[in-house]
Amino acid sequence: MNKQTLVMAAGVLLIAIFSMAAFLYNTQMADEISASAQQNASLLVRDYSPTMGDENAKVTIVEFFDPACGTCKDFYPFVKQLMEANPGKIKLVMRYTPLHNGSDEVVKILEAARLQNKYWDILEETYATQSAWAINHTAHPEKLWTILTYSGLNIEKAKQDVLSPTVIQHIQQDMTDARQMQVSRTPGFFVNGKPLINFGYRELQDLVETEIRNSY
Amino acid sequence: MNDSSNKQSLTTIDNSWILIFSCWILAAIGTLGSLFFSEVMALKPCVLCWYQRIFMYPLVVIFLVGLFPLDRSVFRYAFPVALIGWGFAIYHYLLYSGYIPENLQPCDKDASCAEINLELFGFITIPMLSILSYTAIIVLLLIFRNRTKA
Repeated sequence: MNKQTLVMAAGVLLIAIFSMAAFLYNTQMADEISASAQQNASLLVRDYSPTMGDENAKVTIVEFFDPACGTCKDFYPFVKQLMEANPGKIKLVMRYTPLHNGSDEVVKILEAARLQNKYWDILEETYATQSAWAINHTAHPEKLWTILTYSGLNIEKAKQDVLSPTVIQHIQQDMTDARQMQVSRTPGFFVNGKPLINFGYRELQDLVETEIRNSY
Repeated sequence: MNDSSNKQSLTTIDNSWILIFSCWILAAIGTLGSLFFSEVMALKPCVLCWYQRIFMYPLVVIFLVGLFPLDRSVFRYAFPVALIGWGFAIYHYLLYSGYIPENLQPCDKDASCAEINLELFGFITIPMLSILSYTAIIVLLLIFRNRTKA
């Protein structure tokens, strides 16, 4: 064997081992995540969780999200499109995973908006203005408060409501459930209890469409 | 004559060549291994891990270039890089095993350098693997220098 062949063979071998190990590791992790999702299925939806869509829809998308997360913002309209494309068949449940600094305060604002029946409006406005209040992976709730001044939200009441212990308790419960469900990055999607393992628009759409086919 | 000996040096495998080839393999394993930990297993590299990566990754290229044809001066280019990386690895190991108190660590809260993320077979840790590969590369380079001394 000459030198070139040896180096080439060694390089190919190393990369092959790497890919094989990555494949095996991912397969094993996928199995574990699916198994643990099945085991903890009861933690996916809490009775207090904000829900959108038909009550009787047979496909439930649970989304663990962080309002300061850019990918969550990008996925939100996509999920809405999926729901519009399949009217009455999909229901969306929102769970909080505020991983960014300060974004738990933003979640509290969302919860306060919910008490005024403005949850989805404020969520959309929060996403739309994300770049103005989430800077360098840190949420600045005071900036969001200013942005929301003319949103129709009763700010005075909202500022009282963000202090409510129920709201804080809900966020903590969501964080605990997220850990149990092994959601360490956002958004974390579960469709009818099945975790979205390979992340992407296409993958989410495939998972949702498979569940629709199985349920209807 | 000159031509054929040049050709000879390109194809035949001698012991000095094997030494640098082994260094290249070690650096490549270190590179792919660390990428496996961070990209596949999603372990976040701490600051010190990054410094060790910075000095390990270019070694893959330096050794590969030094192999075709075998360049005696590859020692001069690779050794300082490996030595600095080794220094970071030692520092990291001391921190990890508690010889250097925690408040001295230059880490952010996202990924602590003193936190043990992985223990293979119960005792092999990532900084240990780093020290082992840097040490092996340095030893092989020193042997290479002694052999090729004119």
